[in-house]
Amino acid sequence: MTPAAAAGTAAHATTTAAAEAQGFLSPTGVEIAFLLVGLVTFGAALITVTTRQLVHAALWLVVALGGLAVEYLLLTAEFIAWVQVLIYVGSVVVLLLFGLMLTRAPIGRSPDADSGNRWVALTVAVAAAAALVWVVVDAFRTTWIDLDGAPAGSTEVTGASLFQHWVLPFEALSVLLLAALVGAIVLSRKAKAATSAAAPSAPGGTDTRRDTEGAR
Amino acid sequence: MNDVLDVALRLLVVFVVFLTFPLIVGQTEHKVMAHMQGRLGPMYAGGFHGWAQLIADGVKFAQKEDVVPAGADRRIFQLAPAVALLPYLLVLLAIPIGPGEGAVGQVLDAGVFFVLAVMGVGVLGSLMAGWASANKFSLLGGLRTAAQLLAYELPMLLTAASVAMAAGTVSLVGILDAFEWWWLPWQITGALVFFIAGLAELQRPPFDMPVADSEIIFGAYTEYTGLRFALFLLAEYAGIVVLCGLTTVLFLGGWHGPWGADGLGWVWTLLKTAILAFVVIWLRVTYPRLREDQLQKLSWTLLVPLSLAQIALTGVVKVVIQ
Repeated sequence: MTPAAAAGTAAHATTTAAAEAQGFLSPTGVEIAFLLVGLVTFGAALITVTTRQLVHAALWLVVALGGLAVEYLLLTAEFIAWVQVLIYVGSVVVLLLFGLMLTRAPIGRSPDADSGNRWVALTVAVAAAAALVWVVVDAFRTTWIDLDGAPAGSTEVTGASLFQHWVLPFEALSVLLLAALVGAIVLSRKAKAATSAAAPSAPGGTDTRRDTEGAR
Repeated sequence: MNDVLDVALRLLVVFVVFLTFPLIVGQTEHKVMAHMQGRLGPMYAGGFHGWAQLIADGVKFAQKEDVVPAGADRRIFQLAPAVALLPYLLVLLAIPIGPGEGAVGQVLDAGVFFVLAVMGVGVLGSLMAGWASANKFSLLGGLRTAAQLLAYELPMLLTAASVAMAAGTVSLVGILDAFEWWWLPWQITGALVFFIAGLAELQRPPFDMPVADSEIIFGAYTEYTGLRFALFLLAEYAGIVVLCGLTTVLFLGGWHGPWGADGLGWVWTLLKTAILAFVVIWLRVTYPRLREDQLQKLSWTLLVPLSLAQIALTGVVKVVIQ
């Protein structure tokens, strides 16, 4: 998950740079703010994947995801920004911290926090970033948001385009989520049966149940 | 210049509300709890019925030494109270107390999502405190906080979505503009579920498992002293104000009232918020603490199905009246 987040932020930072170079000699305040927040987000994402302290990594992820929300706000997509905070900062990171605390979260450095896959991960991240940057730059090459007119990313506009033009992908996604839900329940049932067969009062059963509940 | 003044004035008003209302709720809790338990409560500080007790407490907290445990993660330990407190200040900005755009700190297009998102962030403060204290009891408190949040965030969101469906907008101001009196019976299930889930998110009794003093001392806040501890307490009471204000705005019609909604709408909002705050205190004195498994069971087997049923009902009625 973290390489993907890093790649996403990298994509953001680079598109800003491209727009900046292509744009005007006197960039507006919003553009400067966008660039600065992008840099902060990129930095936080880098620290997330490089720090040796597990819980710090999760907290830097909060900064990176919050920075992305600010970028959405600057692009006038208010609804998407708040949903980003609600889902990612409010739920996903809490679930992550919960998982870390349940398993292993020492204060200070974790000697085994670094895996041997460092270079492979870097390659995948760079490739993903390159692909995303290419797609985004190609799709929105000369698109500029008119900040003075009606907001282009308000809840009404987002809802209308989602349920008029993108209904099929939306429904397909919900089927995907349903499949994940059913899968999580099946997995937890199996794990529970296995643990109750091994030890009747093992706490593992409750743990898996909680994980499933989180996945919902 | 006029705009700057306007913004400054709004921020100032919200800040003053943020500083005073939690104290008023706290003092009310002292007195109401005392009278419900057949005693007087604070009587000496300030003279008249101990009105200055919380100010005296604040002075005491400020004088205490600010201790950071030797084994703790220093920076996160010190940052946690701010993370717990500030979200409630931001949420107060978006709650409208009267009709029109003059009676809200900032009109937001997606107000419902804003308040729920930012309230969810506040829980990160408890998690950070629980982990960074390097204390087993704190860590257990943090774990319980996280489990509770994950369980109760969903019913809260679903019931808020039900109101948004009824009003046809996710803006808090827009929801109040669309409100009719018969929404009250229509959305009553949602209101109850929202309020109960909100109590659980604030870790108020009977949902105070994360800070259960007879088991884990004071949960995530065990190692805190002085001003930082006071900030966590302030966050709890600010949370009560925010939750009661939100329930008022979403389900009880905010500034709508039987009469006088034009000039005195804000009185209705404050009155409803105050009554709800009283109910919060009442529940604390009345019910024993839920066990962790009862807590999870209540959310997943009762509140989530109820909120889904509420959404179905809202959808059906909405289609019928159109």
